[in-house]
Amino acid sequence: MQTLIHLFRNNIREYGMVIALVFITALFWFLTDGVNFKPLNITNLILQNGFILVLAIGMVLVIITGNIDLSVGSIVAFIGAIAGVLIINNNVPVWLAVAIALLAGALIGVWQGFWVAYVGIPSFIVTLAGMLIFRGLTLYLLDGQSLAPFPESFQKISSGFIPDVFGGASIHIFTLVLSAVLSIVLIYLDFRKRKIQLQYNFEVIPIWITIAKLALLILAINWFMYQLALNKGIPTVLVIVIVLIIVYTFIMKNTIMGRHIYATGGNKKAADLSGIKTKRVVFWVFVNNGLLAALAGLMFAARLNSATPAAGNMLELDAIAAVFIGGASMAGGVGTVIGAIVGGLVMGVMNNGMSLIGVGIDWQQAIKGMVLLIAVGFDVYNKNKG
Amino acid sequence: MSAYILEMESITKTFPGVKALDDVNLQVEQGEIHALVGENGAGKSTLMKVLSGVYPYGTYDGKILFEGQECQFKNIKQSEELGIVIIHQELALSPFLSIAENIFLGNERQSKSMIKWQETFAQSKKLLERVGLKESPETPVMEIGVGKQQLVEIAKALSKNVKLLILDEPTAALNETDSENLLKLLLELKNQGISSILISHKLNEVSAVSDSITVLRDGQTIETIDATNEKISEDRIIKGMVGRELTSRFPERVPKIGETIFEVKNWNVYHPQQTDRKVIRDVNIHLRSGEIVGIAGLMGAGRTEFAMSIFGKSYGKKISGELYKNGKLIQVNTVSQAIDHGIAYVSEDRKTYGLNLIEDIKRNITLANLTRISNGSVVDENKEIMEAQQLREKLNIKTPSVKQIVGNLSGGNQQKVVLSKWIFAEPNILILDEPTRGIDVGAKYEIYSQINELAEEGLAVLVISSELPEVLGLSDRIYVMNEGRITGELSSAQANQENVMHLMTGTGGN
Repeated sequence: MQTLIHLFRNNIREYGMVIALVFITALFWFLTDGVNFKPLNITNLILQNGFILVLAIGMVLVIITGNIDLSVGSIVAFIGAIAGVLIINNNVPVWLAVAIALLAGALIGVWQGFWVAYVGIPSFIVTLAGMLIFRGLTLYLLDGQSLAPFPESFQKISSGFIPDVFGGASIHIFTLVLSAVLSIVLIYLDFRKRKIQLQYNFEVIPIWITIAKLALLILAINWFMYQLALNKGIPTVLVIVIVLIIVYTFIMKNTIMGRHIYATGGNKKAADLSGIKTKRVVFWVFVNNGLLAALAGLMFAARLNSATPAAGNMLELDAIAAVFIGGASMAGGVGTVIGAIVGGLVMGVMNNGMSLIGVGIDWQQAIKGMVLLIAVGFDVYNKNKG
Repeated sequence: MSAYILEMESITKTFPGVKALDDVNLQVEQGEIHALVGENGAGKSTLMKVLSGVYPYGTYDGKILFEGQECQFKNIKQSEELGIVIIHQELALSPFLSIAENIFLGNERQSKSMIKWQETFAQSKKLLERVGLKESPETPVMEIGVGKQQLVEIAKALSKNVKLLILDEPTAALNETDSENLLKLLLELKNQGISSILISHKLNEVSAVSDSITVLRDGQTIETIDATNEKISEDRIIKGMVGRELTSRFPERVPKIGETIFEVKNWNVYHPQQTDRKVIRDVNIHLRSGEIVGIAGLMGAGRTEFAMSIFGKSYGKKISGELYKNGKLIQVNTVSQAIDHGIAYVSEDRKTYGLNLIEDIKRNITLANLTRISNGSVVDENKEIMEAQQLREKLNIKTPSVKQIVGNLSGGNQQKVVLSKWIFAEPNILILDEPTRGIDVGAKYEIYSQINELAEEGLAVLVISSELPEVLGLSDRIYVMNEGRITGELSSAQANQENVMHLMTGTGGN
């Protein structure tokens, strides 16, 4: 028990958010009489929030370097407009249009990264300008009108599902198979890590805690996948999000590049004097954010099945809120991809749950605001105490 | 009853897993200067935080009596109201505000929330006279030097009717003249009946002004030495601090000096903003493997600027000159090129330029040479822990784990982390800028031993220090700088305080 309390105390930041997510989910389960746990709703939850999670992943890197990006909402709209003009007005093949749109996103990142990293203008200013510039360009491209509909192949980006290769009738068998494989991989990875730690003679957490933790995690994953299997299986959006989570968590946790990003945000001067090219780091983080914002823009346009001038309005604030709820620090140097995802899910579950029980958009906004304040307040309180 | 202004009785303060203070007693007499000395992490700062209410009543055990009354401070404000004022090592002044505004910050001369400027300036003037600072109260604080800022802090304390003044390392950032003035002021205040607690690593100062000296070690009171009648020697104090007699402040070493491995030729550097101002002029130096070379000079002589300009042009504009390593001309335009060429620079300001304070020890240590623990671009975290643990043991960094956040370590331990970081980078040429600033005698000795060991391994070590005894004690050879020029080169046999000081001040040596 002692070790458990100790473990919890040292990781309160990470566990706290997960517990909050579980609590909020449970609360809505109670309030909606379990509707929010229905297979259809879980699928919807993913489809509704996929692009916010993608934005949050890009944003957390920006915030870790000690910067901010206010322009991603406008980039989402602008990229949607580019896709609309190319595909709907000019009949450009979908794959080419997607490639051009992603490239455009990266170039926007190059533009903003240049001003922030190499000219030294605060990112707040550069991206505030970007917010106006790209919203303006969206209006120009679309001539103030919405463009619709997109061809079906484009809509698949957000509404597609992984096909069931086993051809299950009432249940999606491939999803269940994947779920089992995923569980085994998780068990393998955890025990391998443990074995290596033992080889190095490091202190390891007691085996029963490891097993309990794994059991809970696997139970949650399998239950979740089972619900998806009851509906139409795994949405394409979920695949995109999970791949991004794995890739970016790996980069941030295990690579030199990740270390350089944390070091730049933690103390830029010290990082400079350690041979880290901090300007280059900040530049590429912005390029990356432009690229991910473009991907989110495509997902958003595909889901709406139109390119509209007002698309992605205020989305940047959702992404930023998700990152801060997930434990990142305004000052930089702190934050994780998983944290940002959990933060995004907290927002998503609340949006979804409040819509289900019929809370109006007015109170939804106010309640989300309070949750952001309380989550960060809790964080600050913990830090001051420690 | 005696005239104790402050009695702290069996103070015990525990943090999770650590007993920071264990039954500590401190008694300060009315109107004395009481020095508090001890190694890093001995508990001096914690004790002062308990006293001032940073750690509120209830979070520690023990009793505090101030002027005979028991005190239960909940915050700093309550202790200040009774006249206990702490001046921290890092000054708490607002740079853009004037001296007068700073003095009365949070304690404004006012009537109905409107500031009474006449009174503010008039009273400031009087306070400035009391501390002997000849500046107009309207001068912005950023325009005066650190020494004078320290005096403003004291004036601020006086404005609060201070009875017990606590100074935490007041002279750490001051040059010798400023330090002397400050100590004179302390004695002056003592005559006016103000008691003070002086926390300092500079034992010569402690021995010069204190009436009694309390020594802390590992969170316990070791002894209180009465110094009213006789001058206590530094060695006597050190004995109490480390629990052993330090026969020498510098570890023994037999230099094994090899070939010249690094040369700087015709080095010229201009100021980064005032681009017509030359900061470094025609500097030529060489370093040999296994050799410890000192650079002596006064503040502003250009030592740090010189070192940083060599280290990947981290300082200055229009840099000209050549660098040679093992006789070959090398191009060093960025810090990473410098590191690749085996040059390492340990900054004088570890918090601003050396460490990422919110990260843990291991990640700080490996930052400058991540490729050493990586496969391709993937960091091996287990290897990282192993390497960090080895360095922790080698340098005796006092912490239970390398996963400790660096910001929570004491100054000496932080310095050891910075040093570990650059040892981990495997340099051939190690530049140390003020390697022992603000750390205690025991840790200093350990760092000196490390420096010797590195030289033994064949590194060329360049030590920049404002402490003349340190330069003289460590170096095999000394360059002296004055106003951006090398004004002399002396072997350790030739060098002594007098001739180096002459060269430093540009008054001609020998």
